[in-house]
Amino acid sequence: MGKRVAMTGNDAAAEAMRQIDPDVVAAYPITPQTELMHKFAEYVADGKVSTEFVLVESEHSAMSATVGASTAGARAMTATSSQGLALMFEILHIASGLRLPIVMPMVNRALSAPLNIHCDHSDSMSCRDTGWLQLYAENTQEVYDNILMAVRIAEHPEVLLPVMICYDGFIISHTMEAVEILDDETAKRFVGEYQPKLQLLDVERPVTVGALYLPDHYFEAKVQQARAHQTAFTVIQEIAQEFTKLCGRSYDYFESYRMEDAERAIIVLGSAAGTAKEVVDRLRSAGERVGLIKLRVFRPFPHHELAKALGRTRAVAVLDRSIAFGSIGGPVYLEVRSALLDQRERVLVLNYVYGLGGRDIFCEDIGSVYEDLRRVIEMGSTETETIYLGVRQEKLEQPVHIEV
Amino acid sequence: MPSRLLSDGDVITAGGHITEPGTASQYKTGSWRTMRPVFSAERCVHCMMCWIYCPDSAIVAIDQKVVGFDYHHCKGCSLCATVCPVKAHAIEMVREK
Repeated sequence: MGKRVAMTGNDAAAEAMRQIDPDVVAAYPITPQTELMHKFAEYVADGKVSTEFVLVESEHSAMSATVGASTAGARAMTATSSQGLALMFEILHIASGLRLPIVMPMVNRALSAPLNIHCDHSDSMSCRDTGWLQLYAENTQEVYDNILMAVRIAEHPEVLLPVMICYDGFIISHTMEAVEILDDETAKRFVGEYQPKLQLLDVERPVTVGALYLPDHYFEAKVQQARAHQTAFTVIQEIAQEFTKLCGRSYDYFESYRMEDAERAIIVLGSAAGTAKEVVDRLRSAGERVGLIKLRVFRPFPHHELAKALGRTRAVAVLDRSIAFGSIGGPVYLEVRSALLDQRERVLVLNYVYGLGGRDIFCEDIGSVYEDLRRVIEMGSTETETIYLGVRQEKLEQPVHIEV
Repeated sequence: MPSRLLSDGDVITAGGHITEPGTASQYKTGSWRTMRPVFSAERCVHCMMCWIYCPDSAIVAIDQKVVGFDYHHCKGCSLCATVCPVKAHAIEMVREK
């Protein structure tokens, strides 16, 4: 069985990577990912892993080198945050389009400008359509577990898609928590030996990678990629069940927390779920029928499962940690609202944006959301306008009226 | 192995990898043509103007006589039909189905 140790999220990610012992890791430092690669570089220097560690000059190169290594037949990993992910954007599509099973811890941080190093989800959410699978973690334990499972999901011969393991910058990456780590042998056996389908270095079986696809073939190639996301749907559950047998911790597309008979629910992903659970417990002990859905898998998105889980609620609030500028709501809200559209009984859906640039979210904030939900149930309708939770309205410059 | 080339009969592999070397010459590039040249052997005077002008070397000639088109590489640009002498009018452009 595993051992319980105190670790930060970044340490736990580095520990998972040590056990995975990838053939190649190419990385560039960026806050708040830096300590993860710092720790992993130590493992490389101390000979604890057999990884070829490539220090590159930018994240564009980090992802390019990772793609190169993966096409060569290596188990390849990298990690990044925020601006680094933004710089990788071009190559993210190439990694998924070439169906390379790259696993990348992604430490969530706000995007510039204004310059900010703290947590929100604008970075990973802006890459939601890059064809990568996205898993989100609530705490350090889930960071560790998700990374191990991600390797298996990515490398599944019917999936072959890259996976981002998203976790909140500083809140998870730099906070020390108790984590249960599998013993090396169990972890290594679970992850297994990578059997690449594609090996560019195999001179006996030459392969062309990244060929030109004109209008006559490109469309089919992309639809095939979309289908792999559907396959990943099933595989994610299979791998989770196998993982549960090792350690007893169970994983699903999302966690339903005290959702039995709940009439009001909040949907959130990342560390804020921990705060929300505390509020749910308090309200439940006061006899209120409230629950929480903590989303773990954002890509592929579990529309049907979520609709089923929320179908008997009367009102739900979706908490987004990023803005989809110019849209009716945040990226998670858009998915949830679409998922609930086919329900026979209308479920009222509210959208909140919170925690941008590392703004703390408190129990009182979440309490106010459950209060709002009670109010909209009484009114029987919602405003579709996004509510900015925890923003100081008085700090916003009023629009200037120009006389003509 | 599901796919070798990018010709019409092949199934696309995951990631679109081509699993056989030296296949560029076998890559059929004419599939996106919208207009197709149709050759009339009776009308052709074998002036070879189409053969000279075709930008894709898609005019097939045997013993200095035009016999038809290489539809695997013809893009349907209509240049052959344009340069074909008015009196001969041996090449007609029709819409691809």
